[in-house]
Amino acid sequence: MLYIKCPHCGWRSQNEFSYGGDATVKRPELGKEVTDQEWDDFVYNRKSLRGKHWELWQHLSGCRQWIKVERDTATHEIFKTLKASEEIS
Amino acid sequence: MTQSFRLENVGLINRNKKLSFKFNGKVYYGYEGDTLASALIANGVHLVGRSFKYHRPRGFFGAGVDEPYAIVQLYRNGETEPNIKATEQELFEGLEATSVNCWPSVNFDIGAINNFLKIFLPAGFYYKTFMWPKSFWFKVYEPFIRKAAGLGVASTKHDKERYEHKYEYCDLLIAGSGPSGLASAYAAAKNGARVILAEDKSRFGGTLLTSEVNIGNQSGKEWAESIISELKEMPNVIVKNRSQVFGYYDHNMLVMSERISDHLPTTKKFHPKQKLWYIRAKEVLISSGSIERPIVFGNNDTPGVMLSSAAKEYLKVYGVLVGKNPLIFTNNDSGYETAIEFQKNGINPVILDTRNDPKSEIVDEAKNLGINIKFSYVVVAAQGYKKVKSADIAKISENKEQLGAIENIKCDCICVSGFWTPTIHLASQSGNKTKFKEDIDAFVPGIPKQNETTLGAANGTYTLEETLKNSFEAGHKLSKEITKKDNKISFPNVIEKKSTVHDKFWCVPLPKGKNYKRFLDFQNDVAVSDIEIALKEGYRSIEHVKRYTTLGMATDQGKTSNLNGLQLVSKIENKVVPAVGHTTFRPPYTPVSIGAIVGREVGKHSKPTRKSPMHSWHEKNNAVFVDAGVWLRPRYYKQGNESLFEGSKREAKNVRTNVGVCDVTTLGKIDIKGPDSAEFLNRVYTNAWLKLPVGKARYGVMLREDGIVMDDGTTTRISENHYHMTTTTAQAANVLSHLEYYLQLVWPELNVNVVSTTEQWAGAAIAGPKSRELLQKLFPKSDVSNEGLPFMGYMEGDLFGVKARIFRISFSGELAYEINVESDNGNFMWEKIIEVGQEFKIQPYGTEALSTLRIEMGHVAGSELDGRTIPYDNSLEGLLSKKKDFIGKRSLNRKAFIAEDRQKVVGVVPLDKKTSIPEGSHLVKDSNAPLPNPKLGYISASCWSVEHDNPFSLAIVKDGKNMIGKKLFVMSPLKNKVIPVEIVSSHYVDPKGERVRS
Ligand SMILES: [Zn+2]
Repeated sequence: MLYIKCPHCGWRSQNEFSYGGDATVKRPELGKEVTDQEWDDFVYNRKSLRGKHWELWQHLSGCRQWIKVERDTATHEIFKTLKASEEIS
Repeated sequence: MTQSFRLENVGLINRNKKLSFKFNGKVYYGYEGDTLASALIANGVHLVGRSFKYHRPRGFFGAGVDEPYAIVQLYRNGETEPNIKATEQELFEGLEATSVNCWPSVNFDIGAINNFLKIFLPAGFYYKTFMWPKSFWFKVYEPFIRKAAGLGVASTKHDKERYEHKYEYCDLLIAGSGPSGLASAYAAAKNGARVILAEDKSRFGGTLLTSEVNIGNQSGKEWAESIISELKEMPNVIVKNRSQVFGYYDHNMLVMSERISDHLPTTKKFHPKQKLWYIRAKEVLISSGSIERPIVFGNNDTPGVMLSSAAKEYLKVYGVLVGKNPLIFTNNDSGYETAIEFQKNGINPVILDTRNDPKSEIVDEAKNLGINIKFSYVVVAAQGYKKVKSADIAKISENKEQLGAIENIKCDCICVSGFWTPTIHLASQSGNKTKFKEDIDAFVPGIPKQNETTLGAANGTYTLEETLKNSFEAGHKLSKEITKKDNKISFPNVIEKKSTVHDKFWCVPLPKGKNYKRFLDFQNDVAVSDIEIALKEGYRSIEHVKRYTTLGMATDQGKTSNLNGLQLVSKIENKVVPAVGHTTFRPPYTPVSIGAIVGREVGKHSKPTRKSPMHSWHEKNNAVFVDAGVWLRPRYYKQGNESLFEGSKREAKNVRTNVGVCDVTTLGKIDIKGPDSAEFLNRVYTNAWLKLPVGKARYGVMLREDGIVMDDGTTTRISENHYHMTTTTAQAANVLSHLEYYLQLVWPELNVNVVSTTEQWAGAAIAGPKSRELLQKLFPKSDVSNEGLPFMGYMEGDLFGVKARIFRISFSGELAYEINVESDNGNFMWEKIIEVGQEFKIQPYGTEALSTLRIEMGHVAGSELDGRTIPYDNSLEGLLSKKKDFIGKRSLNRKAFIAEDRQKVVGVVPLDKKTSIPEGSHLVKDSNAPLPNPKLGYISASCWSVEHDNPFSLAIVKDGKNMIGKKLFVMSPLKNKVIPVEIVSSHYVDPKGERVRS
C-alpha cells in the first residue's frame, strides 16, 4: 500500500485516495473548435508510461482535494506531490 | 502410550502440565510447551503423511516454518483447518489432527503406487499427460488427483472465529527475536524509538535457546530472557510472539499475522483467533536468521532423515530425542553441536563429515567426548521405508566424485547439515537485488531498496560476536537518526566456540548401478532426475525450470530446496550459481489463513449498511428489504402471504388510483453554492441552466467526456446562488467526485462549492391522483394548487412545526411531490404522511412498485443509463443544448453515435399479453435462425404494467426509432424461453405526460 503525502493533510495511506489518471492531460477549452485527433488525445489516448509519471489522485476519505502526484509506475516511488492549483514543473 | 523418546530434566516445556491429544484417532500425551511435532516424536511417531506426487512416507524434516513434510489437518473447537505445520502448531489439551495426502490411511496408501510407476511421473508429467483428451480431465484425471493429492480439506462451514485487522506505525520494525533482533531492538528502544519486535515462535530468543554461548555473565538463553523482559516493560516497545512478518510491501508497509488463539483449545471470549497487523515502519530490521540446508543423497526423504539443527532443537527445547541411534551427516561444524548434545544426554552418535579432519574447537570437543567421527565419509542412501533403519555409507574421494566401498551401518535417524541459507525473503520482497556470497555459498541481501537493514545470520553473519556488535550498532544508529537521542549501550563480552570453514559439498553421487531417488524439493517431490529432464528438454531460465518441475512451488516455498536446486542447475549448465540466479520471493513468507486476510469484513460487515431514518418504521410494517448500493431499501411491504409480484402490483396500482408514499432518502443530494453555480451547472448538464428561476427545479442529464450518460436527476434553485442537486442512489459518490474534479482542476476560476447532503435530508415521495389533496392537508398554510406550486415548482413549508422543502417532481409519472426534512425529523414526517393520508387510502410503496411505475411510463433509469448508452439511446436527445458547450458534447458527433440505425429505447409487449419477459434477454428477428443468431437489442427492464394489466418491458434496440410496430422474438437461453413480442413506444402510459402537470 502506497504512502502518499497529501499537500493539505500530510502522510496518508493509499486506501484514503482514489486514482484519477494522467495529470498532464489538459481539457480543451469549452466552446473551442478542436479536431477529432485533439479530442481523441484528450479523451482516450494515454501513454501508459513506465517510469516517472505525473498523475492525479483524490484524497477521497480525507480533504477531498484532487492532488498531483509524481510517481514511478515501475517502482511506485513517489517523488513529489502538488496541490491541484500548483503547476507541474 | 509412554513418551519413550522424552528425556528427563531437559528442555523448556512445562512438565507439570500434561496434555492429551489425538493423532489419526489415537490418543497420545505431551506437555504444555510442546509442538504437535515434538509431542509426536516424543511418542516415537515418525510417519505423519504421504508425499504429494509419489505418496512416499513422510516424517519430520525441520522444527519450524521450513518444514516441508509434516502438514496435518487440524481439528479444534468444532472447526477444521488444513495445511497446518505440525512443527508450528502448539499442543493444547484435546488437540486432534490427522494426516493429509493419504487415502485410505497413512500406513496403507493407494497413491503410493505412483512410487512404483514413477517412470510415468517425471518432470512436466502433469503438463504432458493430462492435457488430452479434454473430457478425460473432468471424468478421470481430476477426480483421481483430487482424492489422492492435496494438502488437506478446507472446511465448508462458516468460520465462527473472529479475525481482526490492526494498523500500526513505528520507528523500527524488527522481524525476528534471535540475537540480532534482540540486540537491535534493545539499542533502539534505549534510544527512545518506537519499536515493534516480532517473533514467529512462541518463545523469544531464536538460536540463543539452543546454542552453547555466553553473553556477559549469562548464558545465551538467560540473556535473551532478561532483554525480553526489559523490553516488555518499556512503553515505547511492542513485543509480539507467535507473530510472523510475512510480507514486505511498498513504502515500508509490512504485514504481520499474529496467532492469538491458535495455541489454545478455544478462543477466549471477545478475543480474535488471529490478528493481521498492517505496519508502516520508518526503518525495518530484518533479523530472520537462516535455515539449515540439506545435503542431497539417495532416499533422503525417508522418515528419520532431518535437519541436524531440528534434532538439536527437539532435544534442547522440548527434551525429545529424534532417535536413539543417530547418524550425523555434515559438511560443517554445526552437525557437531547436535552430536555433542546427543552425547551429553547418554546417546552415542556417529558423525560422517565430508571434510578431512578439519581443525576447529568444536571438532576437538567432539573428539574429546569420544564421539565416533568418520572423516571424508558420506551417506549414499538411507535404507528403510516408513522409517530409517540403516544407512549405506562410503568414503568419498578428495575431488568428491568417487565413492569407496559401500558399508551399511544401523541407525534410526540421519541428522543432516549442509550449512546455512540466510532467510532473505523479506529483503527480496522489498525489492532488494540479492547478491551471492561465495564463502557461505548462498545469497544475501545487496543494496537496500527501501529502508531495510538485514542483520545477523539473515545477512550471512554466522558468529555471535559479530552479529551482536552489528546489531547493537544498527539499532543505535537508526534510532538516533529518528529520535536524535544518543544513549550508548555497553557491548557485552561474548563467549562462543570458533568454527572453521564448511565444505561446499551438497550432493552425493549415485553409486554404480543404483538409481536412488535423490530429492531436492521434499514437499513437491522434485528429485535430481526431474531437474535433469527439464534441462534436457530445453528449459534454461530458473523461473521456467521452477514452473516445469514445480521446484520450490509448494506451500513451504522451497525454504529447504531452493539453493540445492540452483546448485544442480548451475552444475549441469556449467554456470556459477549467481549466473543462474534465484527465483523471485513473493509474499506471504508462510501461509496466512484466509480468515486473517478477510478480517472482520465478513457477511453484512463486508460493506457498510446505510439505513434511512424511517428504517424502523419500514421494519415494523413488514417491509422486505433489498440492497441498493450500500443502502437497505424496502422492496415491498408484505401483507399476509403476499408474494413480491402481488405486493408490488398492489402498491403500484394504489399509486395510480389513490396515493402512495415512497422513501427516497437514498437519492444522492449535493448542495451547490456560489455566484458561479448557474454557469457551472450549465457546463455540467447537457441542457440550459442559466435562466432557471429561483423556486424552480429542472431535470438534467450529465455526460462523461466520452459522451456516455453518467447520471440524471433534478436540480432546484433554492435561492439566487444556492442549488440543491439530486443524483441517483448508485452514482451519488461518483457525481460528487466528478464535480470536484472540474471545480478544482479544470475550472478553478469558478466560484462554486459543493458538498454532499445525502445524509442531511430525509425524503418522501408522495405520488398519485390524490397527492395534492394530501399535500394540502399536510401544509394547510401553503398554496399547493396547480398555480401556487406548478410542475417543477419548489417551495418551503411548515409540516406541523417542522421546516420542510417541497418539490413538485415525479418519477412515477403521476401527479407527485417530494418532501424533504432534516434527517432527524424523517420519521416524524413519514408518520404524519401515513396518518394524514389514511383518508386518501395511502399505502407505502417499495422499490419494486417504483420500478413498475417508471418502466411503464418509459422513464429511463440505471438499467438503461448503464455506462454504455448516450442521450439518444435513451430518447434524451431533446435535452442536448445546441447553443452551448458542455462536458462530453464534442464526443456526441462520433460516427457510431450518429449512425442512422443507432440503438434506441423502445417498449416491448408479449403478443400473448401474458408471458413475462426475463431481463437481459435478447431480441432477434427470427427465432429459428442458425446460431449465432444476430442480436438486435436487449431487454433492459421488465414489469407487469398495472395500467394495462399485462407484461411490459423496456429494451434498447438497434434502429429503435424505426422498430415501433414490428414483431420480433425475445430469446432467453438462460431461462430457455422464446417469446413473440411487439415493439411499441417506450411511453406505455400517459405518453403526453399530462398527469404530472394536472
Ligand atoms: Zn488531504
